[in-house]
Amino acid sequence: MSGPNKNYDPVEVTPLHADEVERTRDEALDAFAKAADLAALQEAKLAHLGDRSPIALANREIGALPPQGRKEAGQRIGSARKAINEAFAARLAILEAEHEERMLATERVDVTLPWHTPELGARHPLSLISEQIADVFTALGWDVAEGPEVEAEWLNFDALNFQPDHPARQMQDTFFVDPPGSGTVLRTHTSPVQARTMLTRKPPIYVICPGRVFRTDELDATHTPVFYQVEGLVVDEGITLAHLKGTLDHFVQSMFGEGLEARLRPNFFPFTEPSAEVDLKCFVCRGASVGNPDRPCRTCGSEGWIEWGGCGVVNPRVLQAAGIDTDRYSGFAFGMGLERTLMFRNGVQDMRDMVEGDVRFSRQFGMEI
Amino acid sequence: MRVPLSWLREYVELPAGVTGRDVGEKLVRAGLEVETVDEAGAGLTGPLVVGKVLSYEPEPQKNGKTIRWTSLDIGKDEPQWVVCGADNYAVGDLVVVVLPGAVLPGGFAISARKTYGHVSNGMICSSSELGLGDDGAHGIVVLEPGEATPGDDAIELLQLRDDVLDIAVTPDRGYCLSIRGVAREAATAYGVELKDPAALTVTGAETGGYPVRVDDAQANSVFVTRTVTGIDPKAPSPRWLQQRLVMAGMRPISIGVDVTNYVMLELGQPIHGYDKDRLSGEIVVRRATAGEKLMTLDDQTRELDPEDLLITDDSGPIGIAGVMGGASTEISESTSDVVIEAAHFDPVVIARSSRRHKLSSEASRRFEREVDPALPRYAAQRVADLLAELAGGTIQSDETVIDTQSAPSPVTLRADHAALVAGAPISVEESVRHLVSVGCEVTEVAEGNGTATPAPLAVTAGSAADAGLLTVTPPSWRPDLRDPNDFAEEVIRLFGYDNVPSILPPAPGGQGLTVAQRRRRRIATALVGAGLTEVVSYPFVGDADFDAMGLPADDQRRKTVRLANPLSDEEPSMQTTLLPTVLRTAERNVGRGATDLAIFQTGLVFLPRPDAKPAPLPSVAQRPSDAEIQALNDALPDQPLHLAVVLTGSRTPSGWWGKGQPAGWADAVQVARTVSDAVGVEPVLRNVELAPWHPGRCAEVSVDGKVVGHAGELHPKVCQAFGLPARSSAVELDLEALMAAAPSSIVADPFSSYPVAKEDVALIVPADASAADVRAALAEGAGELLESIRLFDVYTGEQIGEGKKSLAFALRFRAPDRTLTETEVAAARQAAVQVTVDRFGAVQRVG
Ligand SMILES: [Zn+2]
Repeated sequence: MSGPNKNYDPVEVTPLHADEVERTRDEALDAFAKAADLAALQEAKLAHLGDRSPIALANREIGALPPQGRKEAGQRIGSARKAINEAFAARLAILEAEHEERMLATERVDVTLPWHTPELGARHPLSLISEQIADVFTALGWDVAEGPEVEAEWLNFDALNFQPDHPARQMQDTFFVDPPGSGTVLRTHTSPVQARTMLTRKPPIYVICPGRVFRTDELDATHTPVFYQVEGLVVDEGITLAHLKGTLDHFVQSMFGEGLEARLRPNFFPFTEPSAEVDLKCFVCRGASVGNPDRPCRTCGSEGWIEWGGCGVVNPRVLQAAGIDTDRYSGFAFGMGLERTLMFRNGVQDMRDMVEGDVRFSRQFGMEI
Repeated sequence: MRVPLSWLREYVELPAGVTGRDVGEKLVRAGLEVETVDEAGAGLTGPLVVGKVLSYEPEPQKNGKTIRWTSLDIGKDEPQWVVCGADNYAVGDLVVVVLPGAVLPGGFAISARKTYGHVSNGMICSSSELGLGDDGAHGIVVLEPGEATPGDDAIELLQLRDDVLDIAVTPDRGYCLSIRGVAREAATAYGVELKDPAALTVTGAETGGYPVRVDDAQANSVFVTRTVTGIDPKAPSPRWLQQRLVMAGMRPISIGVDVTNYVMLELGQPIHGYDKDRLSGEIVVRRATAGEKLMTLDDQTRELDPEDLLITDDSGPIGIAGVMGGASTEISESTSDVVIEAAHFDPVVIARSSRRHKLSSEASRRFEREVDPALPRYAAQRVADLLAELAGGTIQSDETVIDTQSAPSPVTLRADHAALVAGAPISVEESVRHLVSVGCEVTEVAEGNGTATPAPLAVTAGSAADAGLLTVTPPSWRPDLRDPNDFAEEVIRLFGYDNVPSILPPAPGGQGLTVAQRRRRRIATALVGAGLTEVVSYPFVGDADFDAMGLPADDQRRKTVRLANPLSDEEPSMQTTLLPTVLRTAERNVGRGATDLAIFQTGLVFLPRPDAKPAPLPSVAQRPSDAEIQALNDALPDQPLHLAVVLTGSRTPSGWWGKGQPAGWADAVQVARTVSDAVGVEPVLRNVELAPWHPGRCAEVSVDGKVVGHAGELHPKVCQAFGLPARSSAVELDLEALMAAAPSSIVADPFSSYPVAKEDVALIVPADASAADVRAALAEGAGELLESIRLFDVYTGEQIGEGKKSLAFALRFRAPDRTLTETEVAAARQAAVQVTVDRFGAVQRVG
């Protein structure tokens, strides 16, 4: 580097000649363009932008110029440096992008490979459907009530207007707890939960009672001695059969689809009067299969309706046994079997699949049905 | 109840052309459970005619059979020639001939065909070929002489085409266990007249019949006898009668028995016939005395109970009233004089006897469901008429009639009661019309005239309508109509359930699921998240299960609630632990190839109360007292909700990432931690010895000082006994107790934003010191600055020494209000270590 010399003629300082500055700039631009990778670019950067690079050296010579020449030389050098810096940054961006692309490409994996953490298990569909039904009714403002499975005979039968020697009581195929005379049974339906609810709460009562029940049937494709029911009970002022129909229609639509409805057929149950069977409009064919042999429906057997459960207006004798004022309150109740519901709703063919505990049965449902 | 349509049509003028299916549909809407409609002879088309055998020629064949080349008079000029393989007919017999062009049931088309060297122009039919079922005769049908004329249409004659409705009669509709009752329903459904089969002229004199005394009028309110003398006991029952019995599901036996069964099916009144010559002395209806015995018609000798109501004569018991008659007085092939009994018995008395003797007869099924008490005289007359007509007997006008039955009581109810129950606009006029159509007598009473008040149990809230009152007297055949709602049901079902509107009742706001219900869902979801699959199984267990679990003889879990009538004598008990049934479920899955298994089940267990008294049976006339409700609950076993888990095989599989992990004791214990975490409780663990677990690998799980369950590896013998892979593990937790310890609400703590200080500590402690205890000691010593502590290494080996182990913990310290100095952290660490030194003689391991 030359020392300051006020008497120097600026044109005499060679590195500051316009031609020379242009050449230096072009050499740098050329070197960056030729750099094939980041390492080469770093080398070129050292050569053309480093402390010892021609442009840096030229920059230092500016100070050696007389004041009148410094401005012009400074502008010339400055614009050349800017061009070199910009060219470097542009090339760096390209090369970095290329580098990253190459690197990511080499890190490609087979994302379809399995992993070792345990897979999600599964709920039993009987639990899932029971919870789904509970959700439908809690959304209406009802409560979910539960009770014991070994139950007092009085609550299972007498409180529900099953007379001691009435055939209806015999039809329940009851498991009795030893010794005879213990007055306790395995509950044959979830109705004792209704009786308990009426004994412990004051109306208005709006409850849904899911639970396991027992009858002395042998296990076969359509029967099981241990099965699940869900029952609903409402006791309030002015409750009518129309309210029962409205509730069942809502229930049917929540479980099986919009626009469907329930149908009632007269029947007999000791705890309701009037009583009815509940049929459900076939959610598959919606009745289109009836009298239409070209479009048979397996779900409803081309009947258009599916038998679902029983229901009725709570027999005032049942309210009376629970100490509820029958002049003021009336109620309705309904109940259906969950296994049967799963059979037609989810196409389960054989009751035994539901009770044998084969994990494959639960696993096909996962956590939602 | 099986109801042939042809029989029904005798008493109801059904529209021409309606089929069994149509009638079935109508009856279903009216509340009868029509299970099936059998279409007998559905595929049958004629010509099918009566033929008279003119001649036949037996022709032995090469195959050893002998055919008959037979000529028949079928009412045409020329005889009809057919080949027949049967030989149970003679010249002059009337038979049924199917002619070419006809189709027999089962799609069997008939044409003239060449066989055995002849052209057979049709064939002579057997019972099964006609779709009548196998009559056991193994031959062709031979009609009675004079029963028909050659050429008559046999389809009509034999009633080969008929629809049979099979109706499951609900317990309140006893009257529908008869053609009469179903006809009444059909008549109402179609809005046509009923020709009541019981509306017949009784020719009895109401006196002078076979002597009868009723000692128990409560149990036996009506007893009628008629006597028919000089019957031909060998007279065959006419074909139409046999046919109807068969279609209704009964077997024809003899004219005497068939007629009584026929009348029972037609009217619903069970009838018993006695051989008069075998009766001795007065018939007395009374309760049995201890030690009495009776051989019933089914040839079983039955020990009688003092509660049984008996029919007796001088010889002793001759029948269990309303259930089954005795063998000594039954009608036989030599009976000529018959005493007909038609009586009315109390349903409860009959139901108890039937149950006591495990004897359900056609009679008892009807009496249990109540029979029309007005029927006996008419039914006895009908039997007498038929015996006279079909068996040539002479009806004696002498008749015994004992009748103390009171008439049905009238019930007063609001005239708009049905409308209030239905929530539908049913007018009073319509209500009255429907009540009348089911046989009620109805009178309207102006309200407030002081002579009538509504019956109790009439739900009348919700309407201020002043519709007046109705006084309704049910018909004798509807003893089930007692309460206002019973009458409302009749009105509403005839009004049509379909015509009742659909209104969703607005419930007052609820609170959603209870805390316990939400916690149970969370536990199940957490278990599924941990890879476990929920299963269900039956709650029945037996001693073999407890033996397989290796439970000691005095184990509490062997004290069970037992069933009086278990499905299997091997499993007479309700489960006290879920493990046996879940282990069996695991075994089944492993047997089906699911060797890497992680299953769970939740369910109640049943723990007997040593001091339990029998549950009371309070009156249902009012709410039981609180003491009675308490007694009902005290009679029950404790029934807490349990969770059981079984893990077998691999917890994680081997794969491209490396070796997998077998499911072991630690996974089982971790399940207990997962469940506890799901409801926010901190489980305390310690080693215990308890069957069915491995004595060195069983964790007792406690919360708040209460034991809530166990987890660990199963004892090798248990794995073997349940057919599970070695080193399977299991968990059982009392969820009720676990959830009871869960916090009801959580208060948020502020957390520090100052830096954390990390310290590792390795301690050499005795091998039997539990990691949990050492950890607790460190935490105790470390004090408030300790943020977390985690065990990260366990080491045993020569360097450590015999009977010792090294436990390494990572400690994190942090203050809420400042950055900790090195001195503070060192002091806290030292304090932590010091407690382990004091408690376990721990030595810090350096390097
Ligand atoms: Zn369908």
